[in-house]
Amino acid sequence: MSFLHDIGKYFLMISSMFTRPENVRMYLKETMRQIYQIGIGSVLIIAIVSTFVGAVTAVQFSYQLLDIGLIPMWWMGIIVRDSLILEMAPTICALLLAGKVGSNIASELGSMRVTEQIDALEIMGVNTTAYLVGPKVVGALFIIPFLIIMAVGLGIVGGGVAGAMGGFFSTADYIRGLQDGHEVYYVVVMLIKSYVFAFIITTVSCFQGFYVKGGALEIGNASTRAVVNSSIVIIIANFLIAFLLL
Amino acid sequence: MIEVKNIKKRFVDQEVLKGISTEFSNGKCNLIIGSSGAGKTVFLKSLVGLFTPEEGDILYDGRAINKMGVKEKKSLRNEMGMLFQGNALFDSLTVEENVRFPLDMFSEMSLEEKTERVNFCLSRVNLLNANHKYPGEISGGMMKRVGIARAIVMNPKYLFCDEPNSGLDPKTALIIDELIKEITIEYNITTVINTHDMNSVMGIGDKVVFLHQGLKHWEGTKEEVLEETENKELYEFIFASDFLKKLRAAALKQ
Repeated sequence: MSFLHDIGKYFLMISSMFTRPENVRMYLKETMRQIYQIGIGSVLIIAIVSTFVGAVTAVQFSYQLLDIGLIPMWWMGIIVRDSLILEMAPTICALLLAGKVGSNIASELGSMRVTEQIDALEIMGVNTTAYLVGPKVVGALFIIPFLIIMAVGLGIVGGGVAGAMGGFFSTADYIRGLQDGHEVYYVVVMLIKSYVFAFIITTVSCFQGFYVKGGALEIGNASTRAVVNSSIVIIIANFLIAFLLL
Repeated sequence: MIEVKNIKKRFVDQEVLKGISTEFSNGKCNLIIGSSGAGKTVFLKSLVGLFTPEEGDILYDGRAINKMGVKEKKSLRNEMGMLFQGNALFDSLTVEENVRFPLDMFSEMSLEEKTERVNFCLSRVNLLNANHKYPGEISGGMMKRVGIARAIVMNPKYLFCDEPNSGLDPKTALIIDELIKEITIEYNITTVINTHDMNSVMGIGDKVVFLHQGLKHWEGTKEEVLEETENKELYEFIFASDFLKKLRAAALKQ
């Protein structure tokens, strides 16, 4: 019953976000702040992780496939590119962001709730869900796809460098593979995943933080729940998107 | 004027407010007193609409807050100011930005006009040269002043203060009380204060409402509080310390 109650409350929170802003300029300012926090604040970790994910993908596929001579060497470019676009970049970035951004959002809103800052906004006449949740969702929807595109680029570079350094394939073969048989539809699927994951990370985390009751301990618990719940929902959504669109 | 008519509020199986009726007049400091758990905070939060009572009405100059639509409630809330127990200042904003926030959100003023208004409110609460400091960089008393400045920046008709003296030293507490009293009279605001500080009651309590176990147990003026002896709970609440009991005995002797 509690699970159903929470689901209902989650959708009510989302629906109450869609109201006319009290002051468009203030909402835009908050959205820009969120874009900066979510985007710029996550560039470094996404860059490091995606480069190494690309590298590991290239090395492991090379080790397993090239050694037994099943495929030509230049295919590695295709394999790394497509696995990054379709799966690795969106899913791993989303899970990373669920940890970094999700916990940040839940603890920010949780401490605002506990210190009565949300009540203060409410008393002023501000629609608190629209002002506190809306800009986070819009900011994430705007910036997370860019982060994922960046992750694909860096992953491809990482894969190329690791493969060449390890002597698995030549750079020329790898580039040939990257240029071969490019499917635009894969990029569309990646962007759909990016938007869905961005929405999940922000709304699930906002929900956990917004309705915190208690003190510091509960803020910590809400932060943990935000990461765990968004990660689970991301994995399920990832499967559903792949199942329906591929 | 705020009229409260028989409000009841329940949380799961616990009835916190069991039918409270009273009135709060303009230009007066109306104090709600009572021991911890008496229902003071729930009562105040019900007054401002953060909690919705299951029964009863709360009328702001004849307008029932619990029967208002979203738009009407928003416009009523623009007439309210509230000072929270923990100040509820926005950590990421400076003192000036905190006070300016309601103006940024709801007014059509230019930045110069807003800054002028903010500076006026900050000077009104005797807080100068702190505009660019963050809440974490100022003292508890200064935070209360910022909270008051933010509460009055929109020229409210109704001011609510939840434990305005909590965590303050006696001298600063008196200054904050005086400030609230002055502002109430100056702008003819209906002020409702939640407190269990007897200094506040004796200093600024134009009207005192005593809550006990979710019921209004007594109401009257600050002068009447001291004379009341028949109400056992009120007597025990007010003269909880031996020092006050002795003081009262000495006063009665004289």
